[in-house]
Amino acid sequence: MNSFWKLVTSSVGKKLVMGITGTVLFAFVVVHMIGNLQVFLGRDAINHYAEFLQTNAELLWPTRIILAVCVVLHIFTGASLTLENRSKRGVAYDVKKIVGASLVSRTMFISGSIILCFIVYHILHFTTGTTNPEFMALKDAHGRHDVYRIILAGFANPWAAGFYVLGVGLLGFHLSHGVRALCETLGLRLENYAACIDRTAIVVAWILFLGFASVPVAVVLQVVR
Amino acid sequence: MKITVRVWRQKKAQSAGRFVEYPVEGANPDMSFLEMLDVLNEGLVKKGEEPVHFDSDCREGICGTCSCVINGEAHGPESRVTTCQTYMRSFKDGDTITVEPFRAKAFPLIKDLVVDRTAFDRIIQAGGFISVNTGAAPEANSIPVPKHASDLSMDAAACIGCGACVASCKNASASLFVAAKIAHLNLLPHGKPEKDRRALAMIQAMDAEGFGGCSVTGSCEAVCPKGIPISFISRMNRDYMVAALKMRE
Repeated sequence: MNSFWKLVTSSVGKKLVMGITGTVLFAFVVVHMIGNLQVFLGRDAINHYAEFLQTNAELLWPTRIILAVCVVLHIFTGASLTLENRSKRGVAYDVKKIVGASLVSRTMFISGSIILCFIVYHILHFTTGTTNPEFMALKDAHGRHDVYRIILAGFANPWAAGFYVLGVGLLGFHLSHGVRALCETLGLRLENYAACIDRTAIVVAWILFLGFASVPVAVVLQVVR
Repeated sequence: MKITVRVWRQKKAQSAGRFVEYPVEGANPDMSFLEMLDVLNEGLVKKGEEPVHFDSDCREGICGTCSCVINGEAHGPESRVTTCQTYMRSFKDGDTITVEPFRAKAFPLIKDLVVDRTAFDRIIQAGGFISVNTGAAPEANSIPVPKHASDLSMDAAACIGCGACVASCKNASASLFVAAKIAHLNLLPHGKPEKDRRALAMIQAMDAEGFGGCSVTGSCEAVCPKGIPISFISRMNRDYMVAALKMRE
């Protein structure tokens, strides 16, 4: 009676898709931030890490494919839920007081859409080098891809650095609700854990924001040179 | 106290509705909101006008019949009360109070402030039966119920099915209602045999009735007159996931 397709396309099924893909993307973001922070350990550390990632194609490509699938599913399911949910009210209220619902919880689709634009720019900027082709040619003394200098050059423009801070700020904003919501959706946010999960989500979001934002800020302030 | 009620008037589902302002002279702070509407209606009847239609029954906050969005909040400005338990002392002399029906496509309007909430009944029906013997009262200790489970189940069973969660949710989602109804049976040993089937069927019925999905905003628990927390929605999602993984039905 209940085909798999019917189960995943119900309102709860779609939220489960959002929650599972969100968890994968969240895990990636955490690893990404830890990787980024190695810039503070100096040129050798981060270039070594970058080389490690890029020379393991067996790990790199499956990870990229899984992430791409999760991103696509997260966006499509999110858009589909948003469109469906917006159509359910019918006649709008003349007076509507917002009770209990935080700003972030009501604007997940908007913050998500802006984060998508940021990710596209970020990939063109640092991964493919489409916006700055000269980045890809930079090599260090060991002949490795010189990620350290790419970061310095990439954030030399304060506008680009500012856009990154804004992008990761929105990411933190999105995740302050996202982490809580994915716990709720995956059936983990039960009575005894609810308050703890809500607080943890906000702390984790701040850690991610500060961790990511520290790199462009450090470059602009010339802490990292 | 002297107040003005700005109320939604609509003859029937198909006709166009509009707000009409009525001054209410005879209200006093100890009246419930519904008694104030009674005063308004008595005045209208005396003048030969059609009274404002609204739902009410027990008037003591346990039946879930009264509704209304008052100044943008389901069941009015006080938390953990229904409209019948909202008193005029919550408003100031001279206030203009906007009263609207619960708005959701799944709650089609019948007249004025009265909406059709039978979608909830159909979701309950979709939940089906529990496997207990009927007849004489069963021996009390034949089915042990853990204290924790009975407490939680009773918390969920406090849901009076008023629909404030739907009215307040930006998605007009009935998740809190459905979650409470599922949890109240699924938590108890008596409800366990049909646990999976119940979760799947009630969620399917909820979607079929045209309610939205949950965005975890928490506005439902904030307006719920019985203070049912959204952790029950998490429990529902868990039950759904387990049932979907089993795929027995």
